[in-house]
This record gives sequence, structure tokens and C-alpha cells, in this order.
Amino acid sequence: MIWVNTIVQGILLGGLYALFAAGLSLVFGIMRLVNLAHGDLIVLGAYLILVIVTLLGLHPLLAVLIAAPAMFVLGWVLQKYMLNRVLGDDILPPLLVTFGLSIALQNALLEGFSADSQRLPTGALASASLDIGGLSVGVLPLLTFASAVLVVLVLNRIFYTTSLGRAFRATSDDAVTASLMGIKPANIFAVATGIAMIIVTIAALYLGMRSNFDPNIGPARLIYAFEAVIIGGLGSLWGTLLGGIIIGLAQTIGAAINPEWQILSGHIAFLVVLIFRPRGLFPRATD
Amino acid sequence: MSTTASYSVSTATRASTIAGALGLVLVVGLFVAPAFISRSLIQDLFFIFTMLTLAQFWNMLAGYGGLVSIGQQAFVGIGAYTLFASSILLGVDPVFAIVLGGLAGLALAVPTAFFAFRLNGAYFAIGTWVIAEVVRLLVAQWKAVGGGTGTSLPRSVRSEIVFTETIESLSGVRAAAARDILAYWLALILVISAIAGIYWLLRTKRGLALAAVRDNMEAAKSVGVDALRMKWVVFLSAAFGTGMTGALIYMQKARISPDAAFSVTDWTAYVIFIVVIGGIGTIEGPIIGVLIFFLLQSALSDYGSWYLLILGLIGIAVMLFAPRGVWGLITDKTGIQLFPIRRTLHFKNNKEEG
Repeated sequence: MIWVNTIVQGILLGGLYALFAAGLSLVFGIMRLVNLAHGDLIVLGAYLILVIVTLLGLHPLLAVLIAAPAMFVLGWVLQKYMLNRVLGDDILPPLLVTFGLSIALQNALLEGFSADSQRLPTGALASASLDIGGLSVGVLPLLTFASAVLVVLVLNRIFYTTSLGRAFRATSDDAVTASLMGIKPANIFAVATGIAMIIVTIAALYLGMRSNFDPNIGPARLIYAFEAVIIGGLGSLWGTLLGGIIIGLAQTIGAAINPEWQILSGHIAFLVVLIFRPRGLFPRATD
Repeated sequence: MSTTASYSVSTATRASTIAGALGLVLVVGLFVAPAFISRSLIQDLFFIFTMLTLAQFWNMLAGYGGLVSIGQQAFVGIGAYTLFASSILLGVDPVFAIVLGGLAGLALAVPTAFFAFRLNGAYFAIGTWVIAEVVRLLVAQWKAVGGGTGTSLPRSVRSEIVFTETIESLSGVRAAAARDILAYWLALILVISAIAGIYWLLRTKRGLALAAVRDNMEAAKSVGVDALRMKWVVFLSAAFGTGMTGALIYMQKARISPDAAFSVTDWTAYVIFIVVIGGIGTIEGPIIGVLIFFLLQSALSDYGSWYLLILGLIGIAVMLFAPRGVWGLITDKTGIQLFPIRRTLHFKNNKEEG
């Protein structure tokens, strides 16, 4: 029974990692951009929610409704005025710019909020749990997982049934031809990063409600997100969800054997997948 | 009467010849400098030399090899830990253990490349980072060298480092200062060998192949360049050099912990900023970059996180507005190249009576 519990906890933790990863996966799928500041943007989102909660006295679940549009605008501006300038065949400029952004963000947060760890107030939600077939499952982990599934569903729906999604797919396939059809790739990219930032805010909400955070934890979140994307296969959102679950499972099982092995087990699971399926479990993109 | 055109190929320019002569004077000056300068200046120069060595190797990877690694701290850390482990546990003299540190970096680079070369471009970057994290977490489990909290080089090891007694008796300084001078000379030898070695590599046929792979891998392959082999050569040599540098840095620090030795900020972020600000893809760039970096650090180190915030913003600004860095701006204006690798043809018209 303990093992069943461990596995259920692992799968639910995977929901959080899938939320970390979905934005990264979306942006990479559309513009082949890897944003090294992704983890730090999640942490920024958590601080933004914290500020709204503190100033307006709202519950984090409501505060996220204010934070998400703000993060959308931030993502839009970031893409339109900074990242679009460095997109191109050379992978070096976007990597170095986002790496600089990552270091700058971390230290701006340190300066603004100090290195003390923070947590979003959750009220009764933190300890609430449901009894499912003899297993006690936390409401918050369940909510996280459900949100991850919902995010993937909605993103896939946008991708395959809306005109915006058509523009995403067209720009992803061939930006030059898409621009001949009246699409402005620069704007499409800006909207895509904006949407990714909404997902980042949702990820930040659950990160902040479930555990402590401080300005330095961004890079580790980036690494988990990255592992989930690679395991799932580039460009597949369902794959990313599965990738998150695999990392979550590996970490929980590793921690059950020896608490010091938690993080290490996640990384090793990633490396094992890389040996046997270098292009991930569900590769879609060809690069 | 027939005219035959003969030509010679050379890479030297007048600026490079002058720079070479001045460089030689500078090197001799730096070798005798410890006799005249203060201990704190020796330590500053040690810092500059070691950061410059790391920067040259990262530049070789990213600027010439197209391999953007964010995991070079893995090689710094493994080199440093090899020095500590071999001198504490096996009694190897730290100076010789520096070479072991390089070999450990080389040994780690083989499995790292095996995994990371499966990832392309940007994903290669984070892949190397993951491996550096794995190595850090594994080393933190190694209780014999202090586990997660780290350890110090015992006094018995430190006091018996070769050459220090000779330096002590020759210059009349105390043991700690003598160790700093020894570390300074080793760092100077390392940085000169790194620059000379990389410059030599770039001027050989392999250097041409490397540039071809970086600029267009498919085209390079089509003319018979073994792209993957070039990547291995570059990655392994960078790992060896970075491992030796890591070992030397921590021999001088004499105190190690996994978080410090595998720090992505200290050993990769700083190095990337040095290369980017100075000018990526040139040998001159990192030299300029490390001087700017050192001046910035001296000026801003009292401001804590502001310093890194500003460094990050400068890095972004350089990448956006002057992607070839400070050295790029200088060459655009003046055309000067101190380490030219471009081959130029010089024609000579020889008239021969037939």
C-alpha cells in the first residue's frame, strides 16, 4: 500500500513538472527558442502572486487571475522587443540573451525580496485531502494535476481548432511562407510567449502554494521542465505531460528509497530515456 | 619568356607581429612580477589568469565549436575534487594532482559527450547542465571528501607542496605567500599554454574544419569534414583544460564544497559573460572580457546582487546591440587582429628567361 501511495504521489507531482514544462514546450514548438530564464520567470510569477495576495488580501487562486494577464503582457513585450531580435539560424544569441535574463532576474528578485524563502497562503487547502479507495490524496496535488491536464487540453484545442492555432502551426512550419499569407511571425511569436507566460503563472501558483520558494530556485525548475520536454519528445504536449509524470515518479520513488536521492533519481531517469529514446517518447518535431 | 606567378600563404599581419613581440615582453614581465608586486595583486592576477583560461576553453567550445555548454562547472568541480581526493587520500603532491584533475575532466567528458551529443543546439546546453548537476549530487554523497559540506586541504598537505620551500628561501616570504606565488606561476603557465594551444589548433587544418562545422555543418560534411570527430576533439580538450584549471583554483583556495566547486554562476555564468562582453569567436575577446569583468567586479563587488544584475543586463545589451563584443567593435573600426587565423595570399611575379 505504501508503494501504491508513492506511485500516486509521484504521478501527481508529475502534474506540477508538466506545468513547468508546458510553456517551454509551446515556445520551443513554435519558434525553436529555448528560454533559459523560464525557471526564473516561474519564480517571478510566484512573487507577483505573493505581492497581489499581500496587497489586496486575495486568495492566491483569485490573485492568479490578476497576475496571469500581467505576465501575458510581460511575455509579449519580452518576445516582441527583445527575443525576436535574436531569433535566427544561430542558436547562440537567444541562448546567451535568455541566460543573461535569467541571471538578471534572479538577482533583481534577490534585491527586491531578499533570499528568505516565502510561501503563498493557502488556508485550509494545504491540508485538505480526499479518501480515494483507502488512499489519502491531497486536494492541492489533485488540483495541480487536473490543471496540468486542462492546460494541455486547452493548448491542443487552441493549436488545432482556432485560427490562432493555424497561424502557430503555419509559422512553426515555415515562417517565411506564413508571412506571405498575411501572418506577422513577430506578432505570432509574441502572442505565443504571452500564452506561455500564462501557463508559467499557473505553474507559479501551484509552486508557491505547495512549497517554499526563494529567488534562487529558478534554474532547478528549468532543468525539471527541460527534462520533461525532452522525455516527452519535442513538440508533443501530451508527451510533455508524460515526461513530467516520469520525472515526478522517479523523484518520489528515489526519495522513498533514500531522501538524498530524490533529485538525482529524476536526472537519472532522464539520462536513461536519453540512452534508449534520444528523441523522446513521442517525437513530433524533426529537429 | 614566360611569367609564372608564385604565391605564399600566411596568416601573419603587421599588427600580429608587433603584438607577438609585445606579448613576449609581457609574458617575461609577468613571470618576474612576483618579485616586485604585492601579495593581493598576485592573487588578483591569479584570479584573472584562471578565469581567462576557463573563458578561452569555453570560447573554443562555443565560439569555434558551436557547442554552447552550460555545464563546464562539472569539469571545474571534478578537477578540483580529484586534486583534493588524490592529495588527501593518496598523498599525491597537489602540483602533480593538477594534471590528474585534467585527466579526471577528460574521463568525465567521455560519458558527458555520449549523452549531450544526442541533443542539438540549445538542448545540448541544458543537457550539459543536467550532467553537471548529477556529478554535483554524486560528489555530495562522497563522505571521504566531506560529503555535502566539503573539506579543506590539511596543513600537512599544504606545507609540503613542491617548490614552495625553494620560493620561500629565495624570496624570503612566508609559506602562505610562497604558495600564492607558486599558484600564480602555474596559472600563468596554464593560461599561456591554453592560448597558445588554442591558437595553434585554429591555425591547423583542424581549425579550418572546426570553423567549417560551426558555420555550416552539412556543407562541411559534404567536403569530407568529420563533424562529429571535430566536436569530440574540441569537447575533450576543453574538458582537460577546464579540469586542470579547476584543480589549480582549488589548490589555491585550499577549501572545497560541492556547491562552490560545481557552481554554475562562478564557473559558467561569469565565463560566458567574459566571452560575450569581450567578443565571442576570437582569442582577443576573452582577454578584453576578463579585464572588463575584473574592473566591474572590483567596482561593484560591494553591491552584492546588484553586481550580477548589472552583469546580466550588460550581457543582454552586448548580445542585442554588439553581438561580436568589445573586440568586434575594435576590429570593425581598425581592422587589427592580434591572433590572425585568416589565411591571406601574397603573390610574387617571377619573370624567368626561357
